[in-house]
Amino acid sequence: MSRRIHPSVAGAQPFQLAERDPEAPLFESAEGQERLQAVLSRYPTKQAALLPLLGYANELHGWVSKQDMESIAERLDLTPAYVWSVASFYTMYNKHPIGRHFIQVCTNISCHLNGAQRVLKRFLEETGTRPGETSEDGRYTVIEAECLGACGFATAVQINDEYHENVTPERVSQILAGLDGNGS
Amino acid sequence: MAYPYRDDRETTTVLSRHMGEPEARTLSGWLERGGYEALGTALEMEPDEITEIVKESGLRGRGGAGFPTGMKWGFMPKENGRAHYLCCNADESEPGAFKDREIMRWTPHLMIEGCLIAARAIRAGHVYIYVRGEFFPVVRVLNQAVVEAYEAGYIGRSVLGSGWSCDITVHLGAGAYIAGEETGLMSSLMGGRAEPWMKPPFPAARGIFGAPTTVNNVETLASVPGIVANGSAWYRQWGSDESPGTKLWCCSGHLVKPGNYELELGVPLSEIIYDVCGGAPDGKRVRAVIPGGSSTPFLTADELDCETTYEGMQAAGSSLGTASPIVMDESTCLLSAMRRIAQFYAHESCGQCVQCREGTEWIAKILRRIEDGDGEMKDIDTLYDLCEQLTGRTICVLADSVVFPLRSSLDKFRDEYESHIQQDACTAT
Ligand SMILES: Cc1cc2nc3c(=O)[nH]c(=O)nc-3n(C[C@H](O)[C@H](O)[C@H](O)COP(=O)(O)O)c2cc1C
Ligand code: SF4
Ligand code: FES
Repeated sequence: MSRRIHPSVAGAQPFQLAERDPEAPLFESAEGQERLQAVLSRYPTKQAALLPLLGYANELHGWVSKQDMESIAERLDLTPAYVWSVASFYTMYNKHPIGRHFIQVCTNISCHLNGAQRVLKRFLEETGTRPGETSEDGRYTVIEAECLGACGFATAVQINDEYHENVTPERVSQILAGLDGNGS
Repeated sequence: MAYPYRDDRETTTVLSRHMGEPEARTLSGWLERGGYEALGTALEMEPDEITEIVKESGLRGRGGAGFPTGMKWGFMPKENGRAHYLCCNADESEPGAFKDREIMRWTPHLMIEGCLIAARAIRAGHVYIYVRGEFFPVVRVLNQAVVEAYEAGYIGRSVLGSGWSCDITVHLGAGAYIAGEETGLMSSLMGGRAEPWMKPPFPAARGIFGAPTTVNNVETLASVPGIVANGSAWYRQWGSDESPGTKLWCCSGHLVKPGNYELELGVPLSEIIYDVCGGAPDGKRVRAVIPGGSSTPFLTADELDCETTYEGMQAAGSSLGTASPIVMDESTCLLSAMRRIAQFYAHESCGQCVQCREGTEWIAKILRRIEDGDGEMKDIDTLYDLCEQLTGRTICVLADSVVFPLRSSLDKFRDEYESHIQQDACTAT
C-alpha cells in the first residue's frame, strides 16, 4: 500500500509516469476518494481543484480521456465543456494515449544554441518515430518542448518525470537503453 | 553534474550557501544550518514591523519586474479577520532562467521559511506555491520538505505554538508560460485557463477567491529570512542604493562554465560572462547577449561593460529581468536565434488579445520565411511595424516581451537580416 499522501501536497504529485493503469477507476476507489477529498480540502472553491484532478487523471491513466473529464466535471459541479476548455489550454494533460516513455526535447533558445535540433533528430531516428507519433511497440513518443527551466545544462530532455541534462546526440542511445531493463 | 556552480567570492553566497548539500533538504539538516531561526524572530514581530524591515532592505522582486517587495506588501489591507493569500510564483519558465528550480531542489526549507514570514507580514493564512508542471523532480523534494515542516509544527495550526496559523499548499501547473504572469497564475490557480486579467483590480485589492493577494517570486521569498534575521543594513552591504542585495544568475548559451552563480548586484556584466563563466568556448568571440532572459533587449559584445543593477541595465538599454544572460558566440545565426525566440512567444500567447495572438504568429512566420531564404526587404519594415502594434496595447506584457529582443536585434544586427534577405547568407562566422 502506498503511504498516505499529505493533503498539502495531494494536488502536486508528479503526473507523467511510465507506470500507468488506463483502466483504473478515477474516483470509484479508496485511493481516488482519498485524493479527491484531500485536494478539495485545500481550496475554498471546488473549481480550484480542477487542475490537481486533471493531473491525477493523467498520473493514473497516462492521459486524460473524455470520460475522465466528465467524471471530474461531475465531482466539481462544472460542465464537461468547461473542463475541456481548461484542459485544452494546458499542454501537459495528454488528450490521447502516448508512449510509455514520453520524451520531450527542449529546443528553446539556450538548447537551440547548443545543438538541440541534432538531439531531437537523433531521438526521432533511434525510436523510428515522427514528432508526436507513438512508436509501433507503444514505447516511445518524442516531441519538441519549450524551455524546461534547465537552460544552463543544455540540451535538456524530459522523459516522463525525470530530467536528463547536457544531452548530446552521442548520448541518446545510452539514455534510451537505460529507460527500462530491455532497452533497444 | 556536481555542485557548486558558483564563484569563490565567499561574501556573496546568501541564497546559495547550502546548495549542493543534500542534507540541507531535510528539516534536521536545515535546522543544523540555522534554519527557521528567522521565522522565530518574525513570530515575535508585528506584521507591519516585518514589512518595514523588508522595505528598508530595498529588496526588489526577482520575478523579472523588480518591484520593491516591502512596498508591495504594504498595499495589502491592514485589518485582520478577512482571508488574505500569498502566492509563491514558482512557475519559472522564462527561457534562460533556471534559478527558482535550484532554490527549491536544494534548499526548499529556505523558501518555505520565506513564505511563512511573508504570509505573516501580509496577514495571509494560506500560501499557495504554484510550481510549473514540468518540475517533477523538484516538486518531489519540495513536497517532502512541506510535509516534514507540517509534521514538526512549522506549518499549520499555531505555528511553533505562537497562536498564529498558516497553511501551505503546493499546486502544480501544467505547461503554460503565461501562468507565470501574476494574474494568469491566479486565473489558473482558481481552476481556469491561465488568462491574465486587466489591472485594476490589483491583486492586493482582489486576487484569488476575491480576496487580497500578494504574488511573489521564489527567489524574492527566499531572500526574506536573511533580511529578517540580520536586518536591512546587512542586506544593503551588497549592491547599490536602488538595487541592494545579491542575485542568483542563470548563465546559459555559449559559455565555458554555464550555470548558477550568486553575485552581488552591480558586478559588471562583462565580468560575469568572461571571468565567472569563462567566456565562449573554443576561443570564439562573443557576438551578442540577451542579459535578462529571452524577453529582454539584445546587447552587442561592445555593450557588456554595464553595471548589473536594475538601473544600470536600464541605462545600457536592456534590463536585468531574471538575470539570465543567454550568450551567443560569433558562429551564431542571430536570425535563427530570434526566430526560435519568436516561435516561443507565438506558442505561449494565451490568445485573448488580437494584437498578441496574431502579431506573435506573424513575427514567427516572417522570421521563418527570411531564414528559409524567401524574405524581402519590406519584411524588415513589417517587423518594425509589428513591434509598434505589440507595444503597450495588450492585457499583459507578453506581447511587449517579444518586441524587446526583436526590435533590438533589428536595430543592432540589421546586417544579419539584410544578408539573409539579399544573399540568403548568414553574417555569422
Ligand atoms: C509573460 C510573463 C511571464 C512571467 N513569468 C514569471 C515566472 O515564471 N515567475 C515569476 O516569478 N514571475 C513571472 N512573471 C512576473 C510576475 O507577473 C510577477 O511580476 C512576479 O511573480 C512578482 O513577484 P516579485 O515581485 O517577487 O518579482 C511573468 C510575467 C510575465 C508578463
Ligand atoms: S498580451 Fe498575449 S498573453 Fe497577454 S493576455 Fe493578451 S493575448 Fe494573452
Ligand atoms: S532553453 Fe532549453 S531548458 Fe531552457
